[in-house]
Amino acid sequence: MNIIPNILFAAALILGIGYFARNVKKLVRNIKLGKDVDVSDHKEQRWKNMVRIALGQGKMTRRPVAGILHVIVYIGFIIINIEVLEIIIDGLFGTHRIFKSLGSVYGVLIGAFEVLALLVFVSVVIFWIRRNIIKLSRFWKAEMTSWPKNDGNFILYFEMVLMALFLIMNATDVVFQDMNSGNVISQYIAPWFSGVSEGTLHLIERSAWWLHILGILVFLNYLYYSKHLHILLAFPNTYFGKVNPKGQLNNLQAVTDEVKMMMDPNVDPFAAPEETGAESDVPDKFGASDVQDLNWVQLLNAYTCTECGRCTSECPANQTGKKLSPRKIMMDTRDRLEEVGKNIDANNGVFKDDGKQLLGDYITNEELWACTTCNACVEACPVSIDPLSIIIDMRRYLVMEQSAAPMELNNMMSNIENNGAPWPYNQMDRLNWKDEN
Amino acid sequence: MSQSLKVPTMAECMAEGRQPEILFWVGSAGSYDDRAKKITRAFVKILNKANVDFAVLGTEESCTGDVAKRAGNEFLFQMQAMTNIEILNAYEVKRIVTACPHSYNTLKNEYPQLGGNYQVQHHTQFIEELINDGKLEVGNTAFKGKRVTFHDPCYLGRANEVYEAPRTLLRRLGVDLVEMKRHKRTALCCGAGGAQMFKEPEKGDKDVNVLRTEDALKTKPDVIATGCPYCNTMMTDGVKAKEQENNIQVFDVVELIANAENL
Ligand code: SF4
Ligand code: SF4
Repeated sequence: MNIIPNILFAAALILGIGYFARNVKKLVRNIKLGKDVDVSDHKEQRWKNMVRIALGQGKMTRRPVAGILHVIVYIGFIIINIEVLEIIIDGLFGTHRIFKSLGSVYGVLIGAFEVLALLVFVSVVIFWIRRNIIKLSRFWKAEMTSWPKNDGNFILYFEMVLMALFLIMNATDVVFQDMNSGNVISQYIAPWFSGVSEGTLHLIERSAWWLHILGILVFLNYLYYSKHLHILLAFPNTYFGKVNPKGQLNNLQAVTDEVKMMMDPNVDPFAAPEETGAESDVPDKFGASDVQDLNWVQLLNAYTCTECGRCTSECPANQTGKKLSPRKIMMDTRDRLEEVGKNIDANNGVFKDDGKQLLGDYITNEELWACTTCNACVEACPVSIDPLSIIIDMRRYLVMEQSAAPMELNNMMSNIENNGAPWPYNQMDRLNWKDEN
Repeated sequence: MSQSLKVPTMAECMAEGRQPEILFWVGSAGSYDDRAKKITRAFVKILNKANVDFAVLGTEESCTGDVAKRAGNEFLFQMQAMTNIEILNAYEVKRIVTACPHSYNTLKNEYPQLGGNYQVQHHTQFIEELINDGKLEVGNTAFKGKRVTFHDPCYLGRANEVYEAPRTLLRRLGVDLVEMKRHKRTALCCGAGGAQMFKEPEKGDKDVNVLRTEDALKTKPDVIATGCPYCNTMMTDGVKAKEQENNIQVFDVVELIANAENL
């Protein structure tokens, strides 16, 4: 028996999975560049969110057309991957359709896969049309430069080819067609090859088989470079996503410690801080100017972003022509994080200052100040990303480290400091409304 | 036709040795902004009418710090918050009602971590409770049958998922409640939040409040109702920008109720 194909197959498998594992390690390392944040609360709620939003696609169907198509592709993707198990066993051991001994169950399974494959194919074609012919505006915003645009299309071509290969593989499999069970779709494709000799047919079947599995391995490794990482990261991301009311912005404990000290006349400012422990250490920076200043959930958010633009299409600032786009905030964060990661790789594991940062080189002040903190982006995101939290952390840096707020806001803040209201009115007049009319 | 309102302060109550049930948090806009002051007065009229045992902090109240926090000034926010919490806790305040969703959100969600734990309600929730408890009746109104659309304030709606209380009140008034295409969860912001109220917008091709007013105009309303002093300003300006101020009025839900009561 010729075992060369088996060896080749094993090699491809090891290479594919090995490279993928390497990328995953890099991904985890980059995410861990973020600051620590306590996400051990609300466990039950978090599991529920993950099941509902990621597994159950709970937020996708809010836009019914895209939602239903996406559900088909998602289910198809998961279920057809069961078939991959058979392919792997066949490939490693030189068997052919090892599961067919399951008899009629096998027929039903493969039949279901074939139907799904066709549905996925059709859905993907519709997705492509929406992107490229109907040109849905959210896929054509400023931040959708060539790579994000191509990435979106590549994946669609990929899926089309994979589904087609799967069906062709079944259609040209003489033994399988003879079984005549489960070939619900492929039986209509088989006649296309009726004039072909058995030898050629076998060759086509083998080629389709190989291309299918190699395609899947390539796909697996393409993920890291693509917005399609969301098919994996949507799960942890929805688990770690925000569980508090959307209006609640996080509290900066370091500021609390300082303010308490300032306000408490009994505190000896030179005494060593007690009870609060490590948390009370004054951070080297308030707010965020680069990716390392964000917390790791925010960085996970950036890798999870699908670039779907639902956030941006609901953003009041973006809809009125301002530069702010919450999707761009996420894409910039990811791009900068990748840049920092590559820098670390190139410098033996330590980051070497490259004179760049997220603020200014990627995200401008103008974008940050255009946000109304309305939470429309957070509400719209199908995978629980919180672009607003990054905007606020960067505003914090601008204000607390650089005093770089727009002038009107500085006036507003000094009013609050001086008279306890954002306007220049005397605090003693605060109850005057009582006697006016 | 100035009408005198009963507005006890916490300090007065303390001097009389009594503890009011409710603290009405007026907020900076409600205290100083001419339009918002009318909303404040309308709400107090209802509180008086329903004999609610309430008080205000008066000159002891200070900005919640919401805008400072959203502008990125966490220091200023926490200074404001801790000053306010000190006073609120000294008066042993348990329940707070406010007509400002920004104050509502900050008091309810952001004060607890700094030691301020209160039961906080938006005025529409509180009034709904008054009605349910039979303490307030909403009679016939000049607005009966009028087309009213409700603009969801971001800090009441999306931020805290309070969508029904204001709508329930509007239905009680017998108005013809017409929804904008984007409402509740998908409502468009009026453009004032996140400290935008206090600065010129960034360069763009339109103002957010005008876009939102256009949403509202599509429902052909007689009245645009809202539940936030900032939204009120923004929508009023939007209606003016669209030159519709003679046809469409902008009211807080509480004003419609006070009006129904001929207060
Ligand atoms: S919170 Fe800011 S970024 Fe998000 S939708 Fe609203 S204005 Fe846009
Ligand atoms: S942040 Fe969410 S809504 Fe926005 S593009 Fe990314 S995945 Fe889509």
